[in-house]
Amino acid sequence: MSRPSLAVWKFASCDGCQLSLLSAEDELLTLAEEVHIAHFLEATREVAPGPYDVSLVEGSITTPADAERIRHVRSISGTLITIGACATAGGIQALRNLADVEAYASLVYGHPEYISTLAESTSIAQHVPVDFELRGCPVEVPQLLEVVSALLAGRKPVTPPHAVCLECKLRGAVCVMVANGTPCLGPITQAGCGARCPAFNRGCYGCFGPMETPNTASLSDHLHDELGICDDDLARLLRTFNADAPEFRAEARRRESIAAARGEDAT
Amino acid sequence: MAAPGVIAPSGLGSLIALLRDEGYRVVGPTVRDGVVVHDDLAGVDDLPVGWQDRQGPGTYRLERRDDEALFATAVGPHGPKRELFPPRQHLWEAVSDGDAVFHVVEPPAPDERIAFLGVRPCELAAIGVQDRVLLDGLAADRVYAAHREQVLLIAAECHQPAGTCFCASMGTGPGVVDNDGSVPVARADLAITELLEGEHRLLLRAGSEEGSRLLDAIDHRAATAEDHAARDASLAAATEQMGRHLDVEDVHDLLMGNLSHPRWDEVASRCLACTNCTMVCPTCFCTNVEDTTDLSGERASRDRRWDSCFTIEFSHAGPTSVRTSTRARYRQWLTHKLATWIDQFDTSGCVGCGRCITWCPVGIDLTEEVAAIRASDGRKSTS
Repeated sequence: MSRPSLAVWKFASCDGCQLSLLSAEDELLTLAEEVHIAHFLEATREVAPGPYDVSLVEGSITTPADAERIRHVRSISGTLITIGACATAGGIQALRNLADVEAYASLVYGHPEYISTLAESTSIAQHVPVDFELRGCPVEVPQLLEVVSALLAGRKPVTPPHAVCLECKLRGAVCVMVANGTPCLGPITQAGCGARCPAFNRGCYGCFGPMETPNTASLSDHLHDELGICDDDLARLLRTFNADAPEFRAEARRRESIAAARGEDAT
Repeated sequence: MAAPGVIAPSGLGSLIALLRDEGYRVVGPTVRDGVVVHDDLAGVDDLPVGWQDRQGPGTYRLERRDDEALFATAVGPHGPKRELFPPRQHLWEAVSDGDAVFHVVEPPAPDERIAFLGVRPCELAAIGVQDRVLLDGLAADRVYAAHREQVLLIAAECHQPAGTCFCASMGTGPGVVDNDGSVPVARADLAITELLEGEHRLLLRAGSEEGSRLLDAIDHRAATAEDHAARDASLAAATEQMGRHLDVEDVHDLLMGNLSHPRWDEVASRCLACTNCTMVCPTCFCTNVEDTTDLSGERASRDRRWDSCFTIEFSHAGPTSVRTSTRARYRQWLTHKLATWIDQFDTSGCVGCGRCITWCPVGIDLTEEVAAIRASDGRKSTS
């Protein structure tokens, strides 16, 4: 079997997920033996022509040009895997989806007429068919290597979609919500990080997006009613790296409507 | 068998030192991150001296007591299950010799000698339940058996139950329960009863030859009738102080006769399906097996980790999950724990430790769920 070719693409993103691949230092040489790294501008300007057997796509779609470019990437890729919260849910830049982009551009740029941008930041899957979505902000190195290893072996990757809580308990970390009253998105967030934040006594920030069956309303009601977190703070808690993931987006809106109905300040 | 003896609280230090000298890893309750966890004990000072817990649905806080009690905290999130049935277990790997021939390599059986100190009566019951599930029969597990056979159990009876405790309802505590066959209870090698009235002291009773040998090896005085009377009074008071009660009368038929009760929908609206209840449950034994390969394709590994009936993948059978709704999954958990466990293993799967109530992030209380179903028993309305 000849070595499959690998391409890594960047769209609107911070490059952190591509860097995760580069930071897999112990495995990089093996990876380069098993696949032909044909297109990876973060690592080298040397580019081999496509098509490519496997494409890893980082970033979200935020410009008309990128909306075209992702269709091209799809057309020259065999298996297309998105890496990270931007590519999978629009990323933190999807906060623009809640705002008036033209108003932003006029405030930020001296000549906003030079800016060609879309009103919303959207996931790759909203534009082209995606074969596998790897979660995380950024993706975890072991999970990234697991996905590539699984692809090479022709098996399903082990990236379970259950809650962070399961990983928290596996490592013996103490629940920060129960023991400290710290708000935590762990129960509604997909595992993969190894429960890093709760293990360091911080609530989960939801970097991996919604878990398989997120009961967002129950958690946020509990955080509000029992732990005294106000609606605004709850909406902000849900609006970070996966703000536009449908379940987080809907719950943040629900909190805002509740606040509006109560007459609380919802700014 | 050595006669019951009495030691000062500091005398427990001699026992811990003796066990460590004999090569035991001594594991017991200790304070970390604001709760009582299970961890290595080097001496009496590592115990939760002078602490007491305040537990309720979805909440746990430690508070200072005005005495130096060693065992005034109830169970925390951890228990002996972490060591006996570890969260992750490497089962085997297949390694290529370079010619596409794979050799299977199994890790050696665990040979660590662990002395669990301060094991609560409900935990002895939980180990008894896991023994029944994992030592014989279809699910017999060699790793569990290897851990279990080298374990020493030093129990601590409860004089200060937590707000989520209901061992008295389940017949598993607050004192160490004799194994009369009605509930499977692991035998304690040594049982400690902390007596706080009058002189602060520990009553020690041997339950095995090994426990007897240990009791003989440490300085103690013979227990008197007053010591035994103080124990009786302490346990009676603890029984009165149970934070929760579960009416187990007819609970099997009650739950199995109410599989369409509207309460399942109500609880599903609150349940996060986060798996916390099953992770902290001392009898839950479900696992998933994960097969992975490395980048080079020269090494394949099979690993086992705790799993939960609350995950979708756990009940994946054929093309899809057979329990896609949280309602179905919560009902599966509760009916298994309290009802069908009895059909399978001739014992309840619940020992009344209350962990699932405390460590549920939204405070779902199984005693309340059963009471709600009992209060509007669907069987009665249709008869």
